[in-house]
Amino acid sequence: MAVAAKRKPKSRPDEPAEAEVSTEKLLDLYRNMLLIRRFEEKAGQMYGMGLIGGFCHLYIGEEAVVIGAMAVAEPGDTVITAYRDHGHMLACGMDPKGVMAELTGRRTGYSHGKGGSMHMFSREKNFFGGHGIVGACVPLGTGLGFAHRYRDNGRVSLTFLGDGAMNQGQVYESFNMAALWKLPVVYIIENNRYGMGTSIARSSASPNLFGRAAPFGIPGYQVDGMNVLAVIAAVQEAVEHARSGKGPFILEMLTYRYRGHSMSDPAKYRSKDEVSRMRQEHDPIDQVRKRLIDGGLADENRLKGIDNAVKAQITEAADFAQQSPEPDPSELWTDVYGEESEGDVPQSGAGA
Amino acid sequence: MVDILMPALSPTMTEGKLAKWHKQVGDAVKAGDVLAEIETDKATMEFEAVDEGTLAEILVPEGSEHIAVNAPIARIAGEGESAKPAAAKAAPQAAAPMPVAKAPAPQPPSQPVSAPTALRPAAESEWAGPTTTVTVREALRDAMAEEMRRDGDVFLIGEEVAEYQGAYKVSQGLLEEFGARRVIDTPISEYGFAGLGVGAAMAGLRPIVEFMTWNFAMQAIDHLVNSAAKTRYMSGGQMHCPIVFRGPNGAAARVAAQHSQDYASWYAHVPGLKVVAPYSAADHKGLLKAAIRDPNPVIFLENEMLYGASFPVPNDTDYIVPIGRARIVRPGEHVTITAYSRMVEVAERAAEALAADGISAEVIDLRTLRPLDVETVVESVKKTNRLVSVEEGWAFAGIGAETAAQIMEQAFDWLDAPPARVAGKDVPMPYAANLEHLALPQPEDVVAAAKAVGYR
Repeated sequence: MAVAAKRKPKSRPDEPAEAEVSTEKLLDLYRNMLLIRRFEEKAGQMYGMGLIGGFCHLYIGEEAVVIGAMAVAEPGDTVITAYRDHGHMLACGMDPKGVMAELTGRRTGYSHGKGGSMHMFSREKNFFGGHGIVGACVPLGTGLGFAHRYRDNGRVSLTFLGDGAMNQGQVYESFNMAALWKLPVVYIIENNRYGMGTSIARSSASPNLFGRAAPFGIPGYQVDGMNVLAVIAAVQEAVEHARSGKGPFILEMLTYRYRGHSMSDPAKYRSKDEVSRMRQEHDPIDQVRKRLIDGGLADENRLKGIDNAVKAQITEAADFAQQSPEPDPSELWTDVYGEESEGDVPQSGAGA
Repeated sequence: MVDILMPALSPTMTEGKLAKWHKQVGDAVKAGDVLAEIETDKATMEFEAVDEGTLAEILVPEGSEHIAVNAPIARIAGEGESAKPAAAKAAPQAAAPMPVAKAPAPQPPSQPVSAPTALRPAAESEWAGPTTTVTVREALRDAMAEEMRRDGDVFLIGEEVAEYQGAYKVSQGLLEEFGARRVIDTPISEYGFAGLGVGAAMAGLRPIVEFMTWNFAMQAIDHLVNSAAKTRYMSGGQMHCPIVFRGPNGAAARVAAQHSQDYASWYAHVPGLKVVAPYSAADHKGLLKAAIRDPNPVIFLENEMLYGASFPVPNDTDYIVPIGRARIVRPGEHVTITAYSRMVEVAERAAEALAADGISAEVIDLRTLRPLDVETVVESVKKTNRLVSVEEGWAFAGIGAETAAQIMEQAFDWLDAPPARVAGKDVPMPYAANLEHLALPQPEDVVAAAKAVGYR
């Protein structure tokens, strides 16, 4: 889903740069963000009905970050993130049915019901998880970048992490190695302001998160992560930098999650005003919708058609996830070890 | 009409209070709109609409308590449906438990779900060809070099492995032959480079990650267990992690508590990992080659005190020792002694001393600790009726504890005495020479244990 977007030159240094995209592309972005939004709302509802268990971290509000990034990614680029991962899977092109069925713990889920919300993968779509330990996906993503460089395959590792992960030591070990060895990694911080219930001001001695990579010589900046066109422009620059052999790049996406950290979070650490202001004034989907309508690029009917198609897709995924059977009991014992005979399985992500 | 059900806010919630309605009957509702506030003893949360339409009916007025999860609380009329407003009904107080739309209860398994019997690999054939006497250090280097020649995806990464030629000179000459692309010095960042190696393995490469010692790998254990061992399972078999973590394990000499620990039982505990701890140079070489070719993460435990020990090694670049097979290094009749790594030498010396007293000990080098070759030990105990396990690590929840449990489960009727464990003393490793000697298993400890199980 690579997009040929030009980066609009900034007229003032503080003006956010935006990518210029075609109307068709803008409609795509709208549709893809809406798919995540509706998927997550449905997941939240099914969680409330007891159909989804355990932990469930919703991406509602943050859709522009991953959709913008994946609008830039090229086939073969790899993606890895932490546990707020449903949006990344959909953005990578994974089937909402398989993702939802994993959430309900069914055999048709991406991990056959053995991974759940935080542990899903798709080799076919180059999605490397889905990791439940804060910060762990950063050295793993750096390792994916290492593999790209080892194979000299021109691919880039898009490594997503939360603002909370920026206080994990392994992240800085990774920055150091990535910069030292000029690995093609784009670190994308999804800064939603809170690591669970602790705000950045209460957890971080220096609130400028991207700037913490500067001592390693890793360039980067903050981006309006609620504006998908700003995300695209920034990721484009970052990916070009990494792909051209100049080493890692870091982007700090300023974003916001509307829901609690996980389903059982009452979110008392922030005011309702803060949440409703973000929703009303900065919603990433509304922004694109407004741009389409106000610019005369699409009418209400066309958008309604997209809304209905997305809704139907989610309904289908939810039905599939509820109707699929649970894993066969024999599934308990499979996939612990691989057989010698499977030999070297080529991985699409890192394949030359 | 769509029924809106009382939501669960957490996996454990069964009922709650409907604190406040944010929408009233007749209001238009869009997906994402806050419908109501729900309260439990732990939290208050807003509850958003998923469906669109008009709020047609409120079934549970605000302020109602003890509303069961999944009880209908309101109805939404879709487009084109008549939203017939109706007065709020009295709340079903202490609502009768609603049929909860939970996942179907797990059906009783149609067949017994017992662990599949792991296929025990065939033992390597006895080598009758020419051999060369080399040190364990050289055997490890040769194994890596041969596998790196064979497969371009194999690379070595770790602290001091390249220009310094290895902190213990294990990687001598590898940088010269394979270059800096495949023999990579890292910063002192165990957590980081272990994770980087796992990421590279998920992408299809075959990293050999060297820890300067396994003591330092505690910094990285999260990636060994959570990232390397579990990912194949968590991904339903999609992600593979063919990686070897290797380095010296256990006590060296006079390096005290933080540098003298045997981690065998830590890693042997974890499904998804294979754990190898060889003794002879031939086994170091043959097992390291097997580990590098293995599609799973392998923990390869060496011992600094063995690096300089020399043994004959087959002259064959395809000499592989299968992971999962123990080896009887000294046949005997009266007592079975199991050991691994450097403790095999202790066991052999004990066996010699026992022989002088007329006791014939069978010494088994376990070689692999996961999967443990229980069959070889069982067969031996059926002959000797006695078991002494020897390990450098602590006895509690150790390899000897597991070996003894397996024997009691599988060969109880053949035992003439309770199995005995000879292990490192239950203290951090002391520095003073005499105390260190006391803390580590010595041949005389093994002799005493063998005599005790033989009631001599």
